[in-house]
Order: sequence, then C-alpha cells, then structure tokens
Amino acid sequence: MTFRKYLVLAGVTVFAAAGDSMLSHGMKQTGNISLHHLQGVIFAVRNPFVAVGILLLLAFFASYMNSLSWADLTYVLPATSLGYLLLALVAKFALHEEVSPMRWLGIALISGGVGFVAGGPALTSQEHDHEGKSPLLAKNARNGAPGEVDARVVSSGVQQ
Amino acid sequence: MKSAYTWGGILVIVFASVVGDVLLARAMKQVGDVHALWRRAGLWTVVSRILGNPNFFLGLMAMAVAFFSLLFALSWGDVSLVAPAAASLTFIGNAFAAKIFLHEKVDRRRWIAAMLVAAGVALLAG
Repeated sequence: MTFRKYLVLAGVTVFAAAGDSMLSHGMKQTGNISLHHLQGVIFAVRNPFVAVGILLLLAFFASYMNSLSWADLTYVLPATSLGYLLLALVAKFALHEEVSPMRWLGIALISGGVGFVAGGPALTSQEHDHEGKSPLLAKNARNGAPGEVDARVVSSGVQQ
Repeated sequence: MKSAYTWGGILVIVFASVVGDVLLARAMKQVGDVHALWRRAGLWTVVSRILGNPNFFLGLMAMAVAFFSLLFALSWGDVSLVAPAAASLTFIGNAFAAKIFLHEKVDRRRWIAAMLVAAGVALLAG
C-alpha cells in the first residue's frame, strides 16, 4: 500500500459522503417524488445541490474504480463506511437533522469494522496470491496475457 | 407507510448495488492495476480498456438502478439513515457475493467487520 493508494481510498470515503449529503439536501428542497410522477426525477437533477451531488458521486466512482483495480471488493467497501462518521457530522451540523445517541453508537460500530479489514491484505482474489503477499508481484506474475494486449496497443500507436 | 417506502427503497438499492459492485469489481480486476497500467501504457489505454469491458457496462447499469432508487429513498428518509443502512447492508451482501462470485478470501477478520457493520445498521434503524 503506497501513499497514493491511501489517497485514493480517502477519495472514495470523502466523495461518497459529500455526494450523498448534497443529494439529500437537494432532494429535501425538491420534495417527495411520487411513483405516478416520475418526471419529478428530471426536475430534481436541475436543483444545484442535486447536480453538485451527482458530480461528487462521479468523483467517488472514479476513485472507487481505481481502488477496485488493485484491491478486493471486501477491502474497499469498509473504507466507504468511514464515510458514515462524516455523514453523521454533515447531517447534524450542515443539514440540521437529528442524530440520536443510538445512531452515533451504530456509526461507531460500523466504523470499528473498518479497523478489522484495514489490518489485513488488500488483495486476496488473485490466483498467484500464494506466491507472495505483494499484490504487485502477483500482478507481474500474471501479466503474460495482458502484456500481449499492451504490445498490440503500442504497435497500433506506431501505425497511427 | 413512510418507513415502509424507505425500507423498500433500501432493499432495492442493496440488491442493485451488490450486483453492480460484483460486476464492476470483476471488470476492474480484468483491467488490472490502473496505476501500473497508466505508467506503462498511458491514460488512454486505461480508459479504453475500462470502456471496452462488458462487465463494466452491466455493472454501470445495475449502479444506475441503485442510484435512482437512492434518489427516491433520500426524498422519503433521513440521509443519516438511508445512506448508511443501504451501504452497510450492501457491504454484508457483498461479503457473500465477493466470496462466491469473485473468490475473495473473506476470512474471520472480514466476517467480524461484516457483523460489526450489521450491528451498526440495526442501531441506526432503531
């Protein structure tokens, strides 16, 4: 795990929490969407908070895809759960929603789960995992086939 | 009635998210480490390899279903309930799905994490 990878995981956490909060705030302004008036969803997107929320969730998606390329799904997901702590703070201080002590306890338990996962290896799903703990080594070991694709890409670049 | 709508929405989000997460995770494992790939072959190769992956698009569609369900549910319930409840239940569903479909080694450490999250979700709903 490099500093850059921790930065990507931090992006996953912060963008998800900030995006959800913006969406919630925007949707409260827009009001309830009824199943009989689905066009309400279109109007909702024109709300600036909803629009910024969507942009933030796109940033989350980019970080999320990035992290999934070098880490397990069950490793990355707990990182997003650190966002619940952020969400609770935003809900209380920015959206002025009521956050009860029981919810704080729940958020604490969820966040505690992160510690268990963070202490383990990031990648376990590779076939070459038993050869070494380093995902990079495993990655290099199985890069025979993708290497061919790279060669093709390079040669097509030369042709252009 | 309002809470029935909220929890119904949460269940739809969870199912769509688990399907989406598994497909996207599989797609990105097929693409490979984007940091290494970017250094070796450039950004364009990374982008085209991701966009050329069928699992990526199927996952994206499932995520779109999850996203619009989230929009509905957020207009019915508080963000500090809907977002954590949906994402945490998704986390537990994903622990099973990742073990079965992605062959990740979901060890004791990761199951404990899943149970802590489950307990946390129960408290959030209470």
